[in-house]
Amino acid sequence: MFSRAYRAAITVPPLLWVAIFLLVPYALLFCYSFWSVSATQTIVHSWSLDNYRELIHVHVYLQTLFRSMWIAARVTVFSLLLGYPLAYYLSFHAGNRKDLFYQLVIIPLWVSYLVRAYAWKTILGSDGVLNTLLQYVHLTKHPLEFLLYSPFAVVLTLTHIYTPFAFLPIYASLEHIPRNLVEASHDLGASPFQTFWRVIFPLSIPGVLAGATFAFVLSLGDFLAPLLLGGPSGIMISNIVVSLFGAAYNWPLGAAISLCMLLLVLGLLFLSESLEKKWSFR
Amino acid sequence: MELPMSGTGRDKSGWLSWHAVIVFGFLYLPIVTLIVYSFNGSGVGGFPPRNLTLDWYRMLFADDAIWTSVLNSVLVAFAAMGISLAFGIPAALALDRANFPGKTLFRRLVLLPLILPGIITGLSLLMLFREADVKLSLLTIVLGHGTALISVATTEVFAGLQKLDRAQEEASLDLGANYWQTFWRVTIPNLRLSIIGAALLIFTLSMDEIAVSFFLIGRDNTLPLEIWGRLRRGITPEINAISSIIFIFSLIAIVIWYRLRMSADGKTEIAAELVEAPAQGD
Repeated sequence: MFSRAYRAAITVPPLLWVAIFLLVPYALLFCYSFWSVSATQTIVHSWSLDNYRELIHVHVYLQTLFRSMWIAARVTVFSLLLGYPLAYYLSFHAGNRKDLFYQLVIIPLWVSYLVRAYAWKTILGSDGVLNTLLQYVHLTKHPLEFLLYSPFAVVLTLTHIYTPFAFLPIYASLEHIPRNLVEASHDLGASPFQTFWRVIFPLSIPGVLAGATFAFVLSLGDFLAPLLLGGPSGIMISNIVVSLFGAAYNWPLGAAISLCMLLLVLGLLFLSESLEKKWSFR
Repeated sequence: MELPMSGTGRDKSGWLSWHAVIVFGFLYLPIVTLIVYSFNGSGVGGFPPRNLTLDWYRMLFADDAIWTSVLNSVLVAFAAMGISLAFGIPAALALDRANFPGKTLFRRLVLLPLILPGIITGLSLLMLFREADVKLSLLTIVLGHGTALISVATTEVFAGLQKLDRAQEEASLDLGANYWQTFWRVTIPNLRLSIIGAALLIFTLSMDEIAVSFFLIGRDNTLPLEIWGRLRRGITPEINAISSIIFIFSLIAIVIWYRLRMSADGKTEIAAELVEAPAQGD
């Protein structure tokens, strides 16, 4: 029913825009990662694998990448541990307060990410809210120093930020489960635990995968929470990229690290997508 | 739908509701702290809060740098909204009703900024602007936000198109309206809720965006970058004050948005749709 001209009119403009502002920049990221910087701080457009060699031989890069993945993995696990039971509770036990609770999960997403990270800083600092509260009720005599400027602070803050992201797809997948399946399981004599484990949980796996992917990928690439709350031991891979694009002025090396991150993320997306298909019963 | 609950089922919902209370406490603790300490005379830390005062708000209203950055952010958000809708609506139409080579790649590319850590999108665009010799300014931030948020417009409008009854458009064409008239008088009015939802979401996301802006900033700050700059110099409750004000405005926006959605289709899973979309297969 749609003419050629109509289809061209809806296709060509977004195609061009996306080519110029997404495809070309990603291609440039790829190119830069093979270039280098001269002693006079100009970009040399000659191709080599030097940046990638440096990534392998200078341990701090791989170390930081692994630390970032470890932080992201903990954030993912904690977000799922907080998000899944909450989603389950809302979907199966919250009754008519379901919609209200759903809004309550969404609302924190509308408070600036930066501001929430900052709020955690004011809570965790050595003269912050938590430490002064603990001393006020005489639980501790001295401020607990590990609370701020540590990987702990980064994991806590990122978990706070990504729990709603983990919750949303899990909740959506639980809501899509036909309730008569659950009733059938009860009627056939399964205990609530068996019903959960053999019926509900398998059907919610696509949501869990989507939530986990979100939490992992977005926290892996974060650089603001580590800068604000991480201290030297909480530095993540994106912080290195930021400094390479800033003061350290080595864009090509920064591009090489970013490209590795990009490939890692794409690999994870591909993996989670194929796992989701495998677990999808629709 | 309520489930028949056995005794054990109730026990289960017992610990589940406690878990929900804890998760909500965790999600809201920083937000409550933020707002409470915006009235705290003796700074951002210290328990209990004391010397309640409106001084930080007074100071905030006299702070020109903050309000300039708020204005910048609003301008950027409106411009980004224009770009995202102008290209995101046709992109959704194209994905719905046109076939062209590279369609799958196009869809993935459009949605990528939604799941990719902002740092990668920011850096790639920075390289584009450098290679094209474009000076960094608010305009480059607009282009960055506009491009990244096309993904939001496309997902929202595409979801709307799935519910659209094509017979109306067919009827319009059969009755002699041309494509242009049909687009403006049938397609767009039918999609208005998706479009308004997308616009609100884009506006808020742009107001809060920092990872992309971080790399594309020229001389003029957006609000999150202004806050970021201040956080690096030391923290004052003025930041709590501006964040609290913005939180209240966001709440109003959410209420308006949900009223619109609720009156349209009663039940909303829009945020879940948004989160799910990038992970969906073909």
